[in-house]
This record gives sequence, structure tokens and C-alpha cells, in this order.
Amino acid sequence: MILLAFLLQTIRIAIPYLLAAAGGVMSERVGVIALGLEGMMLGGAFGAVLGSYYGGSAWIGLVCAVAAGLFVASLLALCTLRFRADQVVVGIAINLLVIGATRFFLRLAFDSASNSPRVDGFGGEGSGLGVMASFSNPLVLLGLLSLPALWWLLWRTPFGLRARAVGEKPEAAATLGVNVGALRLRGVLLCGVLASLGGAYLALDQHQFTDSMTAGRGFIALAAVIFGRWMPLRVAAACLFFAAAETLQIQLQGIQLVPSQFVELIPYVLTIVALAGVVGKSVPPAALGKVE
Amino acid sequence: MAVRMRQVSKRFGAVQANRDVTLEVASGEIHALVGENGAGKSTLMHLLSGLSTPSGGRIEVLGRDVTGWDTNAAIDAGVGMVHQHFMLVPTLTVAENLVLGREPTRGLLLDDARAVADVRALAERTGLRVDPTRLVAALSVGEAQRVEILKVLYRGARILILDEPTAVLSPPEVEELWTVLRGLRAQGDTIIIITHKLDEVVAISDAITVMRDGRNIARFATADTTPRDIARAMVGRDVVLAFDIKHAAAVSSRVRTDGPAALAVRDLSVHGDRGTRVIDQLSFSVQPGEIFGIAGVEGNGQTELLDVLAGLRRVETGSVHIDGQDVSLLSVRARSDAGLSHIPEDRHRRGLVLDYSVSENLLLGRQHHFASSIGTMDQDKIARHAELQVKTFDIRPPDVSLSARALSGGNQQKVVIAREMGRAFTVLLAAQPTRGVDVGAIEFIHAQLRAARDAGKGVLLVSADLAEVLALSDRIAVMYEGRFVCVLPSSECNAEHLGPYMTGAARAVAT
Amino acid sequence: MSASASPRTDGWPMRAAQAMLAPVLAVAVAMVVGDLLILTYGESPATVYHLLLEGTWGNWYGFGQVLYKTMTLTCTGLAFAYAGRAGLFNVGAEGQLAAGGFAAALLGLWLPAATPAGLAILLCVAAAMAAGGAAGAVPGVLRARFGASEVIVTIMLNFVLLAMLNYAVASHLSVPETLHTESMRSGFVPRLGGTFALFAGSAANWTIVIAVAAAVFAWWKLFRTRSGYELRAVGLQPDAADYGGIPVPHTWIRAMVWSGAFAGLGGINFVLGYKHYYEEGFAAGSGFLGIAVALVGRNHPIGIVISALLFATLSQGGLAVNALVPKQLVDILQAVVILAVATAVPEVQRLLRKSAAALMPRASLEAST
Repeated sequence: MILLAFLLQTIRIAIPYLLAAAGGVMSERVGVIALGLEGMMLGGAFGAVLGSYYGGSAWIGLVCAVAAGLFVASLLALCTLRFRADQVVVGIAINLLVIGATRFFLRLAFDSASNSPRVDGFGGEGSGLGVMASFSNPLVLLGLLSLPALWWLLWRTPFGLRARAVGEKPEAAATLGVNVGALRLRGVLLCGVLASLGGAYLALDQHQFTDSMTAGRGFIALAAVIFGRWMPLRVAAACLFFAAAETLQIQLQGIQLVPSQFVELIPYVLTIVALAGVVGKSVPPAALGKVE
Repeated sequence: MAVRMRQVSKRFGAVQANRDVTLEVASGEIHALVGENGAGKSTLMHLLSGLSTPSGGRIEVLGRDVTGWDTNAAIDAGVGMVHQHFMLVPTLTVAENLVLGREPTRGLLLDDARAVADVRALAERTGLRVDPTRLVAALSVGEAQRVEILKVLYRGARILILDEPTAVLSPPEVEELWTVLRGLRAQGDTIIIITHKLDEVVAISDAITVMRDGRNIARFATADTTPRDIARAMVGRDVVLAFDIKHAAAVSSRVRTDGPAALAVRDLSVHGDRGTRVIDQLSFSVQPGEIFGIAGVEGNGQTELLDVLAGLRRVETGSVHIDGQDVSLLSVRARSDAGLSHIPEDRHRRGLVLDYSVSENLLLGRQHHFASSIGTMDQDKIARHAELQVKTFDIRPPDVSLSARALSGGNQQKVVIAREMGRAFTVLLAAQPTRGVDVGAIEFIHAQLRAARDAGKGVLLVSADLAEVLALSDRIAVMYEGRFVCVLPSSECNAEHLGPYMTGAARAVAT
Repeated sequence: MSASASPRTDGWPMRAAQAMLAPVLAVAVAMVVGDLLILTYGESPATVYHLLLEGTWGNWYGFGQVLYKTMTLTCTGLAFAYAGRAGLFNVGAEGQLAAGGFAAALLGLWLPAATPAGLAILLCVAAAMAAGGAAGAVPGVLRARFGASEVIVTIMLNFVLLAMLNYAVASHLSVPETLHTESMRSGFVPRLGGTFALFAGSAANWTIVIAVAAAVFAWWKLFRTRSGYELRAVGLQPDAADYGGIPVPHTWIRAMVWSGAFAGLGGINFVLGYKHYYEEGFAAGSGFLGIAVALVGRNHPIGIVISALLFATLSQGGLAVNALVPKQLVDILQAVVILAVATAVPEVQRLLRKSAAALMPRASLEAST
């Protein structure tokens, strides 16, 4: 039973990572650096709460979350693809922008500086960690399927083939008539949708929006993307691994075996190690970050 | 006629790349388009393949007027170009690269199996052996080229244009390519090869068109001509007359053979990026008071040789001595301090920091001589140095605070030359010193090189412009495939004599 | 004979003016966005801006607070710019800043109270820069040796450093019931209010002088020394730097160390000059804002000081207008400025180059052969 509880909690924690990381893989595979994941997630979280509150149901919240994610992604695409602004700077700016904007509109909509009122999520009261409760939430299923679905998209469809080509050598794709710009845009927008769903899950699961509630999860998702070498199934494994470490730390909190801060660090340290090529080389898509 | 191009011209701003060119290629023939670098061959083929549009003239393909069409129209009509620099995605398989943009599908899904099968069938049919399931990154250069050819064939090309296809191939791979091309010809395809290698032209083509300076000069049937005729047409006698060839009688008195050579290279070998030897057991020396010119078409190892001499590339075997001192293991900076100056062939990428001012660029590589022990740069010294160089080398406009980007090509090159020649040096490496430079500056630069020689320096001149090498050098070596195929005093050289060496049509034992 | 740009279009005043185009445009865009947001709150932009200016430059306390915030922003701005000039992205100022503050606080705790003030301050400053520099060395070495993206490494390292510092403080060093260390024994930097009574009550302290000195030092290092010459060459055109014998990877490491040191210096503001202890989250956000400061300041030390003043004004101004409009408005504006500058710079550069090419067709054509 302990094992089951452990597994379920790991999954709960992993869902935002899985969704955001799926978005990250999509974006980076078409050559756009996914530093804006944090902002897209946070925007999705806020949209979900806004929609659920004013619309009365979590489903409307989902729609609003996706809308927010698309908005943020469009802004990123506009600055980096159309105006060729530096992708790193834009990503960081987007994150700051969403933090500020969500705070601003939090006050405007709910007259509070720190959190929104309680909203409906998926699953009823007292659902806790039960198996049924977990799987009545459509986002859980979506999260678990997101990376396998992305794998299928990238390796089994024409769109995916072209996307991978664009991220490695856009000139080659262009000479064959592929519309590189349109493809990149689609990739970034899809990233926005997925990441915002990750944020929506977070907010609806906690039944409220709190200031900066994503707390760096977007960066952990990016860490998973890098550690998983941009391959969807490996990235999924990385997400689950990070989530498992977190679960372990929570469950062992009383015992103080390892300081909680050090468990927090696992994703980040592993990414640095991966980049240094200590355990095999983590090579990004060749055209990442470059827009001619 | 598969292709007929009539009075075709192409301008790029002030540059006339093609001038009233006429090209006729019969169906089912292998036609070689021959000429030196800058002759306008690639430009002409870009017009044919739809990459650019002509400024004047008519282009007909299979009887149809197609002047000014784009690449998609060209591909649809069966004209496919295989570029010199491959456009393949290394992380995808051969089959994936081939079907990209035209993927076979089953519903929403990519039909991998059909892609592989289609590619395999095409490979069989054309004799271009390659495994469709292999990653492009794992292919040899020859195999990658086959994939590029398959790519155009997959899209239905019946008229193929190959741009310098053998530039990156080893001799056995070249033979395999000929076999493939003959096979395609047997199937009725038309092939145009852009090349400058005459021995290969003779081996494979049915007809030859020679271009020079943007014009077409001659058309031959391969069977009716000799490499010497082709070489003469390529290089042209009248061009040489444009320069005043000063074969100074006092050559022997200027050259000093008593002391150590200014530059001595022994048994130098270097492997290139593709694992083949780009410099092959090279030995030569440049004496103080002479200009040693290396002639040859680009891509025969000259770039790598200069990189090794300058210290930008490691010496694998052999040695390099400057003024008797072994510099083989020394850094760029140390070699510079040992008396080496280097005018790089690519001033925009390497020779100048374009966003630095003229005075800052005049320091590049020597900035440690203008700094105090704690690192402060002596602004006065820098300014005086800059003013002096600008005056001595007539750099215009004479404002040393201007960014290098704002200068014309000739003046940018003068900045490089001022920096490299306006100080004490023993040996100067001058690579393509007058490329992209206007006539007045060319004369000035040539005068500078001669003056350095007269002052007892050793100058190694590398230029793809044969006329320049002939005009300036005391001794001339022709570099072909990493070796010197001949080394002669310049009094024995002229374009006619050297042409065959440059193009591989004749080989002599290297002295 | 050769058609080149007329001499005066490339002197430094002209170049400075050209460099300022993008930031000015960006600030204008931000103001428009600000107006819109203020209007959604039903307030008048004029009133809000007036209140903002009053609360910052309009009274001495406010101005003191602006000066206080300027110090840290100048340092983090210098950090980003210094690495930026070498072609590197240091996104790790947050962590480097905290490390610097922590090191200064520790040293201040350890040194006996009797230590002469000048010496103590000097040592603490050195400690802060050393800690920041060490933090900067990691991404530098990883980039130089392994080609690892310094962007990702610095971002990850931020989390690592902050968590490690959190642990160190929480488990061993904190005053019970608080998130900060004990008060230092020496190394105090006096407040400006001590000398100028007008500033009484504000956190402004003499470390601002150190920050300005750092900016002057950065300017000198970048534009008057050999190492600066080499660093800028590496950032502008690595191929030419290579040809000129400048060791590129080595230069990267040195740039990152100095960059981290500048960021670490930013930590002394709070620790030496204000609260005299290290507190978790003491400068939250200043690291990332440093990027904005550097961008608007076009990676030039003088521009950075001015830009830091601007962002500090916005920050403080947000507090001043909080009654009318949420101070989060300022957060949004700061992000909008970053986006706008990041977008404007390539566009403005492209337009400037197009117009320059139109004026001198020969030069640009020959430049392209």
C-alpha cells in the first residue's frame, strides 16, 4: 500500500513536469529555446483559475488556461521569430512578464496580493490520493500520454519529420520547400498549449492560484528536457525520476535523512552534469536558438 | 537541345557575373562547364536551376521558354541541382532526407516502409548504391553525394546539374561517380558538370563549354580537343598582359642564400576534416629577398598550409622554421613575435574585427606590445601608430576612429596590410592579397609586396589569380592535391605553361 | 575614389546616439503599455506618473531609496554586460549575488569587532567578489572545456546556490525564528543618512560609491586595457580573435569569473550597508533585473549606471503609487522594457545598416565579395 501511495503521489507531482517538458521538447526540437516554460505554465495556472471561477467549471478553466498559454507563446514567437530578438532574453523577459501580469490581474480580479479564492478542480472533495480520484482528472491522463504522444508526433508523422529537420538544419528543409517559419510557429504554439496545461493541472489540483505558484517547475521541466537529451521517452523518465525524488523527500521529511534542499537540487545538478558530458554527451538540436 | 541559354546576363549591383553567355546542351549528353574561380559558372547554373533570375537573355529547357522561373518550377520540370555544399540533415536517415517535403503517407502517419522501399528501388535503378536506413551523419562523403543526387532524381530530375562534384571525393570515389553518371546518361538523362579539373573533364564529358570572366569563351567536343587547348581557353593569354610582368634581372642579387631561409618547411603533412591528406609531405623554403608564389586552384591545400604556417592548425608531421628557429610548436602570438606576418585570405571573417575602429584593428595580434605591465593600453602610442600607418599606407578616409565596416574593400585590406607589413617581420604570408579590391589599391598592394622583398624579407604569396602570381613571384610552385607539382623560376613560367599543372592535366616531378 | 561614410557619422557621440535609439524606443513602448494598464484601473496616467516621480526624485527619502536600489542593479547589470561583451550569457547573477552577500556576511561575523573599519570593509568586499567569481568560474570552465551552454548552467546554478545557502543558513547559522544570520561584528558601511541628514531613514549607504567605482573600473578594464581589448574581440568576432592569437576559451573563463565577481559585489549593499546580516531572499529579482539594466544600458558601464537609476526609480516608484495602482504594474513594465529592448535592438541595427548601405553602395558591395 505504501508503494501504491508513493507511486500515486509521484504521478501527481510529475504531471506538470511531463506536460511542460513535452512542450519544451517540441519547442527545442524546432529550434526555439524553451526558457519561457515557466511563464507559460504560470499563465496557464492563472487562466485555469480565472476560467474556473468565472465560468463555474474546471473545463472552462482548461480552455482559459490554453488561451493564456497560446497568448504567451504567441508573444514569444512574435519577438523571436518575426523580430529575431535573442531567444534567451525573450524567454527570461516572458517569465518576468507573466509573474508581474498574474500578480497585477490577481489584484484586479480577486482583490488579493497573494491568492485567489477557492475554485473547483477536477474530482470532488476529499478525493485525496486515491486511484480513482487521480484518474478522474483528465489532465493526469493527458500528462502521462503527453510525451509518448509527442514521440509519436515527431517520429511518425510528416509534420514531425519536418520539425526535426528544421531544428537540425533549416536550410536543408527550406531548399526542399518546407515552410520553416510556419513550422517553428506551430511548434512554439504547441509548446504553449502543453505548458499551460501543466500549469492548469497545478492550480486546479490545489484549487487556487497563488502568487508565483509554479516555483521553478518550468525550469525543472527544461532540466528534464536536457537531461533526457530531447528524446521524449527519456525526458518522461527524467520527469518521473525528479518527481520520485521529490516524493521521497516529502515522505521522509520527518526522518531528516537528507536535507530537503539537497533533494530539490537533484534536477539542476544532474542537468549540469549532463551538459558537461560526464555521462555521455547531451547534444541539443543543431539549429537551436538560431533564426536566420 | 535539352538546355539552351542565349545571351544570358546577370548583374549583382556593380558586378557583372555573367555577360552574354550562350550555352547549348544536347539531350542525353554529359556536358562540362569549365573555368577558373569567379568565371561565372555557378552563377549561370543558379539561373538555370531557378535560384536566381537573369538580368537579360533567354533560357529554354526542352524547347520551352523558362526564363526567370523559380526552384519549384524547375524541380517540377525535371531540372535538379546538386550543390557543392550538401544540404542534408545529419541526424536523419537517408530515406528521411530524401522524402522530406514529399513524404509518403498512410493516413496521418509517415509511411516509413514505403519511403525506404522507394529509395531502395531508385538506388537500384540508378546504380547509386546507398543504404536508405543509415543515418546521414555516418555516411562517407561519396555516399552523401550519392544521396544528394538521389534527392534530385527522386523528384523526377532528368536534367542534372552537379557543382564541383569531385571537389570532396577521393580518386576511387570519383570513378564510382563516373560509373553512375554514365548509367544515368544511358537512361537518357542530361548532365551538366561544373568543374575546373581538366583530367576529369576529359574522362567523363561529351562536350565542354569554357567560361572566363563571365563570358563563354569556347565550346569543344571532348573527343576533338586536348587538355592544353582547354587550359589555354580557361586561363587566357591576354589576361596576363594586363599586368606589367617585371622579371627583374637582378633576381639573384636580391635573394640571400647565405643565412637561414626566411621560411623553411620540411616534410609537412596534415590531414583535413574528412580524414584525407590535404598537405602531402610538403618541403620548400622561402629565402630572404624573394617572393615565392603558390599558384593553383583553391581547394588544393593552400588554406590548410597557411593555417599551419600561421599557427592556427597543428603540425602533424614535419616542421616549420622561421629564420632558422623551429616554430612548429609555437602559438600564433609567439610566431608573430618570431617574425611572422600573415595577411589572411578572408579579411571579413579573420583579418579584421569589423566593429572595431581602424586604430583598434591595427593592433590585432600585437596588442600586447601596446600595453603596460598591468595591462593599460597606451592610448598615445596607439594613436600615433594608427596615424602613421594610415599615412604610410594611404588608408582612406584617414579617420582612425571609423569602424572598419565603413571602409571600402580596398581600404580594409590596406588596414590589414598596414598592420602586418608596417612592423618588423622576417617572413610574410600573403593569402589572396588583392581579392575584392579595386584596381588602384591592387597596384599599391603589389608595390608594397615588392618593396618588402627588396628590403630582404621573404614573402610567401598564395593566390588563385594566376596573373598576380606571375607578376609578382620570383619562383612559382603549383599546388595540386596537397603537393607541389612543379617549382620553377618565374622567368620560365607563363599562363600557358602552368595551366595544365594547375588543372592536373600534366604532372611533373616536384623539385 | 572610395565612397565611405563621412567621418563624423562614426565618432563616439554619433555612436552613442545610435546605441540609445533602441532603449529610448523601448521605454516609450513600455510607457504606452503602462498607460493602458493604468487606465484599466480607472486611474489617470498623468496622476500616476506624477505620483511616481514625486515619490522617487521628489523627496529625499525616496531618492535615497532609489540610490539604494541603484547599487545592486548597477552591479548585476555590470555582471551581465561584462560577460555579454565576451559573447556569453550570464543568467546566474541571482545566485552569484547571494553567494557574494553570504561570503561578506560570514567574514563580517568572523572578523573581530576591533578590526579597523577600512580593512574590514575591504576584506568583506574582496570576499564578496571572490565568492561571486568562484560561482562564475563554474559555467566558464564548463563552456571552455565542454562547450556546455552557459545559459543553462548559470540558470541551474542559481537554484543550486540558493538552495545550498538556504540550507547553510537554516540549519546552522540563522538567528532562531528568522531567516537571517547573526549581525556582523565588523565591516559596517555607514548610511548616507549619517552624513547627509536629508537621507535619514533611507537605506542608502556608501556602497553606492563602490558600485560607481566598479562601473568606472569595468569601463577602464573593457576599453583601456589589453584584456578588455581581447575580450571584446572575442565577443565581436571569435574567428578574428583566434587569428590574432587571442586564446578564446581562456578568455571566456576570465570573463565569467569577473562577471560573477561584479554580481557578488552587488551583495554588499544589503549586507554591509543596510541590515548587516545575510538574509534569505535579500535581493530577490535583482539578478534578473540586471539583465534588463544591461540591455537598456547597451552593455556599456556608463549606460548601465543610468539604466540602473531608471529601473531603481521604477521599483521605488511602484511602492509610491501603490495606493492608486498595484505595484505589480512596475513588474510588468520592467518585463515589457526587456522585451521591447530585446526586440528593438536587432530591428534598429538592421535599419541602421540598411540606411548606411544605401549611403555607400560601393563599400557594402565590396564588403560582400
